[in-house]
Amino acid sequence: MNQPSAPPPFLAVEDLVVDYDTPAGPVRAVDHVSFDVPRGGSLAVVGESGCGKSTLARAIVRLLKPVSGRVVLDGTDLAALSERRLRPLRRRAQMVFQDPYGSLDPHLSAERIVAEPLRLAGVRDKAERRRCAAELLDRVGLPASARERRPAEFSGGQRQRIGIARALASEPDLLVCDEATSALDVSVQAQVLDLLRELQAETGITYIVIAHHLGVVREISTDMVVLKAGRVIERGRTAAVLASPTDPYTRALRRAALDPAAIRGLKPRAATAVSPEGTGK
Amino acid sequence: MAEDASPLLEVEDLQIELVTHRGVVRAVDGVSFTVGQGETVTLIGESGSGKSTTAMGVLRLLPEGLAVLSGTARVGGEDVVADPEAARRVRGRTVSLIPQDPMTALSPVHTIGRQLGDALRLRHPGLSRAEARERGTRLLDQVRISEPGTRWKTYPHQFSGGMLQRILIAIALAAEPRLLVADEPTSALDATVQAGVLDLLLDLQERTGVGMLMITHDLGVARLVSDRIHVMKEGRFVESGPAERIVERPTHPYTRTLLAAVPALGPWDEDGLADHTPLGAAR
Repeated sequence: MNQPSAPPPFLAVEDLVVDYDTPAGPVRAVDHVSFDVPRGGSLAVVGESGCGKSTLARAIVRLLKPVSGRVVLDGTDLAALSERRLRPLRRRAQMVFQDPYGSLDPHLSAERIVAEPLRLAGVRDKAERRRCAAELLDRVGLPASARERRPAEFSGGQRQRIGIARALASEPDLLVCDEATSALDVSVQAQVLDLLRELQAETGITYIVIAHHLGVVREISTDMVVLKAGRVIERGRTAAVLASPTDPYTRALRRAALDPAAIRGLKPRAATAVSPEGTGK
Repeated sequence: MAEDASPLLEVEDLQIELVTHRGVVRAVDGVSFTVGQGETVTLIGESGSGKSTTAMGVLRLLPEGLAVLSGTARVGGEDVVADPEAARRVRGRTVSLIPQDPMTALSPVHTIGRQLGDALRLRHPGLSRAEARERGTRLLDQVRISEPGTRWKTYPHQFSGGMLQRILIAIALAAEPRLLVADEPTSALDATVQAGVLDLLLDLQERTGVGMLMITHDLGVARLVSDRIHVMKEGRFVESGPAERIVERPTHPYTRTLLAAVPALGPWDEDGLADHTPLGAAR
């Protein structure tokens, strides 16, 4: 995929296969997926429920072990490493989850949630950990008064900011955002997307954004791959794919995405003329 | 008064106070609106705006004792605020609810047919099993469930989310309602599946003239299905008007903020005419 002279990509996912064990035997969730992301790039993985996008995200940060294939992060294949050899590398690829309610320990204060990865990273001085955590919470836009509060006392958007601060605590090179804004109100989503863009501009961090909302994808990514039944069915520059998708499924996705500003007329049936199977013409 | 001329739903100065662990909260603070036959009226807002509370209040489905209603809400002419018994009479006859989450709204241990049959016999107590089944399969066909006869004896887990939502619409239709209240009916669904469900609702309305009160946070959904939109914030309507006007020429700053926050998709090769004008503060 690269020009022969191009530098090696920062992240290269090569021929990745992930299966799930079910009582009826293994089910293939990710089926020979390959893509590259340059350092500081932002790639979106797009698809509907069950397409394998979250499984792919989890395999990239090695929360799941792939059956085969490679996840080469800055020259090291994470897919092949044993848990012991993986551990020191884990901090480099962090994940932000969809559900800001379920992914934070309800008993801990915001500051302790963010400080925890620092302890695991070997920052032994407690005062130093607290100072770092406070700095990170400040950076994601939470007020100092928020540091001692627990997850239940925050709104969804604030919780997602805590999740981002926690992910940033280990100074990752790669952030995998799995539907990080899809549970949020639209105005809060806009703020979190702004924050993610600012962080990338400041730090040069690399993003993989898992999303089903094409508008979000357009806001946050430069390149995208479309996943269906575990396979990549379309890939390209985000702007180009959204402006003229080639695969019938991508076209159905684009057609089904309701942009209020683009709808004409009163209760137009044309806008919903998508077959239930979503295959379109 | 001719029945057809009066609105199906007439809400005047509705206030709802909820008893929470933090004390009494005024969730709905004096809203007025109507829904007529063949009309879809949408309450749009972000979480905590009071849109769902308004809908549940109109159906009197808020927990008794924890919700205090005042004002009026006439469903098919009967004021359900003044008389909770009236609400019981109109629910499942004049008005039906399409709930939000199709995955949890059905009983997992009973067949689709049993649950749809129960809804039908609630409306027509005299129906025999065979008659209920015949009507039920026709309803399933109407909501575009293929092979409704063989699917009668299957369980919810055997269906996808989009199919379950269409089955819930069938159950709502079993009451032969004149008004449907749809609480975020497609929020849990994929976009392509959402398109199919919204198309079904538009089609049903075209054919039967059913009125619809739609609750959504999604401006695209609101723009697509509505005749009128009420933008709700902190228990009040900040702006009301025809769907087209609200989206194309919003006047209230909050409506503008909401519209500007919707990530735009940009033009694409199926845009028929060159009339695509991005709204709000384009990024």
